[in-house]
Amino acid sequence: MLELTEGSLAIADAVRLCRPQVIAAYPITPQTHIVEALADMVANGKLDADYITVESEFSALSACLGASAAGSRTYSATTSQGLALMFEVCFNVAGMRFPIVMSIANRALGAPLSIWNDQQDSISLRDSGWLQFYAEDNQEATDLHYIAFRVAEDNAVLLPAFVCFDGFILSHTYEPVEMLKQADVDKYLPTFAPKERLDAADPISFGMFSTPDYYLEFRYEIDKALKDAKSVIEKAGKEFAQQFGRDYSAMVEGYHLADAETVLVAMGSICGTTKDAIDEMRAEGKKVGLLKIRVFRPFPAQDLAKALSGAKRIAVLDKNISLGSKGALALEIKDALYGSDIPVYDYIIGLGGRDVRKKDIKEVVALAEKGTGDLFYGLKKEVL
Amino acid sequence: MALAVGCRARPGKARDNKTGSWRVFKPFFDHEKCSQCGTCKTICPEGCISEDADGTFTPDYTYCKGCGLCATECPGEAIEMKQEEK
Amino acid sequence: MVDKDLELFDCGHRACGGCGAALAARLVLKGAGTNTIVVSATGCMEVFSTPYPETSWKVPWIHSLFENASAVASGVVASLKKQGRTEKVIVMGGDGATFDIGMLCISGAFERGHDFTYICYDNEAYMNTGIQRSGATPYDASTTTSPAGSCSFGNKLPKKDMPQILAAHGAPYVATASVAYPMDLMQKVEKAINTPGSCYVQIHAPCCTGWGFEGEQTVAIAKLAIETGLWVNFEMIDGKVAKVKKVVRKPVEEYLKTQKRFRHLFKPKRQDAEIAAIQAISDRNAEKYGIDIKLKKE
Repeated sequence: MLELTEGSLAIADAVRLCRPQVIAAYPITPQTHIVEALADMVANGKLDADYITVESEFSALSACLGASAAGSRTYSATTSQGLALMFEVCFNVAGMRFPIVMSIANRALGAPLSIWNDQQDSISLRDSGWLQFYAEDNQEATDLHYIAFRVAEDNAVLLPAFVCFDGFILSHTYEPVEMLKQADVDKYLPTFAPKERLDAADPISFGMFSTPDYYLEFRYEIDKALKDAKSVIEKAGKEFAQQFGRDYSAMVEGYHLADAETVLVAMGSICGTTKDAIDEMRAEGKKVGLLKIRVFRPFPAQDLAKALSGAKRIAVLDKNISLGSKGALALEIKDALYGSDIPVYDYIIGLGGRDVRKKDIKEVVALAEKGTGDLFYGLKKEVL
Repeated sequence: MALAVGCRARPGKARDNKTGSWRVFKPFFDHEKCSQCGTCKTICPEGCISEDADGTFTPDYTYCKGCGLCATECPGEAIEMKQEEK
Repeated sequence: MVDKDLELFDCGHRACGGCGAALAARLVLKGAGTNTIVVSATGCMEVFSTPYPETSWKVPWIHSLFENASAVASGVVASLKKQGRTEKVIVMGGDGATFDIGMLCISGAFERGHDFTYICYDNEAYMNTGIQRSGATPYDASTTTSPAGSCSFGNKLPKKDMPQILAAHGAPYVATASVAYPMDLMQKVEKAINTPGSCYVQIHAPCCTGWGFEGEQTVAIAKLAIETGLWVNFEMIDGKVAKVKKVVRKPVEEYLKTQKRFRHLFKPKRQDAEIAAIQAISDRNAEKYGIDIKLKKE
């Protein structure tokens, strides 16, 4: 049933339908509406979960870790400073192989303090072993939660997942979203039943320490599971398509890609703006296309290289920057395209919530056609 | 042995580590003097002292580290630490 | 009823010979029983008991990070409650994890009143990383980050009063215990886990390697700490001191001279002012908790 609803509320409803047993969350702009909505559901008997009002984000993810270890499906949400505070726990959760799902309402990292959107926060944790999904719109943001739980809990994966969506741009805007029914979600997402859990009937020690004799192999196994998740995502996405009509099996998605000379590559809500700009440019006869990345971890290097093989030039829209180097997307795309002649131009864009409009996308394309790239787009020289 | 997902293990393998090899001094238990109070068994940090059928106590020398706590705490001075012949 | 013959901490662990913390772990598990889930903080106990693939824990056990055991335990308790399971949850953390880096999480957990027991094995410094000062390090103890030297008598700061802090959080049962009195320790653990709410037991666990004494003296030194009034064994019920172990107090010197960490108070020169300051700590404890046995006057 299609509902016009705020992104946060649609996401909260999706989480409710996934039946988490324990929720531990700490409020932070712009995620607050999600955790407030969930608290309201618990208070009104709509969600049968133990909701822990923890004292910090660090404690939120730690509590989720404990709940997951004891056998509960668990959930949290955060962004920016909160995610940064969870840094240590994120590596811990992935290393201990607990399939926790966390919503990330993408927001810039301080300093300087900013409550507005960019993707620095989740991208800065790309080394952690978490799956990373990026939503273009509120429908995707909602659906990706069902997918995330399903993939994370698969015995071949057993890794935690971020579902990322641009803060304010998606979390606080109203869009029509198809909400699912409980019975249907129950069919798609079975009860969480981990093979190993904290249980007096079968004592296991979790989180032992590893000497150099084993550590490399443990890390290899995580990397392998993350990379193998591709086939699990494909299967989960296809089944979702069969049940609900929307296909999330691909990690990348092309738009007007077939004969595109300039291909923009991007993640998140900027893809929506980009598609609109492409429509206008195509009407003028420009051969432009978009490759949207929906799954950033595991990085879809092969799919990306294949999809981009026909392009004349690539313009990467990076809503982040690895300070002292380049945007994270551009670096990984260059790596995926290593050996090809296709130039890759990096545009650091939209940091700290600076609006990206259709005309900005068009200007990026113009710059790429001129061979000018690897710059901060829209830099206000007059304030420097 | 296959690597356990997430660095986990069930109990049992600790016993592969025979800490008796750490010993310099070895406790010798005089069962005649033993008052069967059980103090040695209670305060051994290894938990390697067990009760015999006759109510006296004997350490498992495979794991006894020779720390001497049992000898110090035995109220009847029935345990003596002696340097081990190797 | 405590089953004191129950062995839930397996041989083969790598604790130093005579380790107070290893003894504490064994005794705590006897007090807790098999229907227990242990959440451990990073530290000596976690490290010497779980080098993959060897584990000494015969109950379900989990270690996450140094500072988050209380938060992890909060999640475990919530999950068990949702599943209708009966296992008791205990946290085992050293003084470093408890008094210092774990303050955020322990305060949050106790404020929320989760039904679990936090057990701190207090060896009065960060032992696993090589004997550095913690909030539990007593006045004038020499540690590697508060060393005695020509300009210093060691740790200048008082021992943080964790039991009172947690009692102030509304903990229904708070107790201190010692490896010197095993039965008392086991009974307090059993009482704590059977008291609904967040309970705290702080166990004095002397460290032969860190304090500088022979492993065979661990229990004797733990006893001396109590007999000199520098450690008080007590119980608090709903924030009020209910039971205290009384002693015929010995001068603090008898305790201090047994350990290398206080040697600088005696050699090369006897430091009367410092010893008097430590005696004053003992006197304050005696007054606060009423530990002195009043001898009848002839």
